[in-house]
Amino acid sequence: MGLQKIIGLIIGICFGFCLQKGGVTSYDTIIGQLLLTDFTVVKVMVTAIIVGMIGIHLMKSLGMIEFHTFKGSLGSSVIGGLIFGIGFGLLGYCPGTVAGAIGQGQIDALLGGAVGILIGTGIFAHYYPFIDEKILSIGVFPVETIPELMHLPRWVIVPAFVGALSGVLWFIQMQGL
Amino acid sequence: MFDLLFETQWSPYLAGAGIGILLWCSFLFSDRPLGCSTAFSKTSGMIESLFCPDRVKNKEYYKLVPPDIDWQWMMVLGIIVGSFISSSLSGTFQISFIPHTFQSTFGDNLLVRLGIALIGGIFMGLGARWSWGCTSGHGISGVSQLSLASLIAIMGFFIAGIVTAMLLYAV
Repeated sequence: MGLQKIIGLIIGICFGFCLQKGGVTSYDTIIGQLLLTDFTVVKVMVTAIIVGMIGIHLMKSLGMIEFHTFKGSLGSSVIGGLIFGIGFGLLGYCPGTVAGAIGQGQIDALLGGAVGILIGTGIFAHYYPFIDEKILSIGVFPVETIPELMHLPRWVIVPAFVGALSGVLWFIQMQGL
Repeated sequence: MFDLLFETQWSPYLAGAGIGILLWCSFLFSDRPLGCSTAFSKTSGMIESLFCPDRVKNKEYYKLVPPDIDWQWMMVLGIIVGSFISSSLSGTFQISFIPHTFQSTFGDNLLVRLGIALIGGIFMGLGARWSWGCTSGHGISGVSQLSLASLIAIMGFFIAGIVTAMLLYAV
């Protein structure tokens, strides 16, 4: 087994550990977020984005890492995002947290969720040439990133995002959610 | 510090910060974002290969995303292991069939829960490949990189997710 696969496994173990400790491997937490009664998911995600964003942009500016972005499209990002969301509301887990839910003993995540996701990805793979040609190509975005879209340097957008996202966390906390 | 490992639940800010740091590690050590849904695609292809290997080999999609065990596949396996370790250490590991919230609204018929989860999973698998990412790939990795596609996809995940959950629980 290659070194990279071992690194992947270790990062995954830590990821699963954090997800479980954060409470987001539980259906009740996720569905509570979608019903807007429990804001744990937003707190975990937004904190991860703030910490992640600052770190990776620093490392990129220091030339330590490369980014991996791609051009989305209306057909891919909007339609695909909405299809995913329907699944999110019905299943109450996402592909990462369904794995975490299995790890904490949740049978519906294994027999319902994971099996369903495997079928869904299989259906996509089967119809990929058609979907790619007819739908994913609709309304391809002109740029890959928000700094390019706004014609502003990354180091203007990053603090703006960090500020706005911190404001979101502060607001949620102030509302007692 | 050591006690933290045994706690039932962490502050969501601590758990989130941990995930943010894992994103640094993923870029730094493996030159890739954190994402989960491609692993499901690969597994689906591997399962199909057991029955019709030639058909899988000829599918255009599996030429882009070969059905094999890679970094991300190991990462998703790690999530299962990590969650198992976490819940075992805190004593919250439990074989459970129907989540509480679901049970209190829809009763304790397991087939109802499995049916809805299965249909939800199918939509999710389809949508995750359609938009090229999931909650971690787009939501955390993509937005952290300030990706336009990811920001739009994650808005779609939550808008449709909120509407669907509200409709489901309004019944």
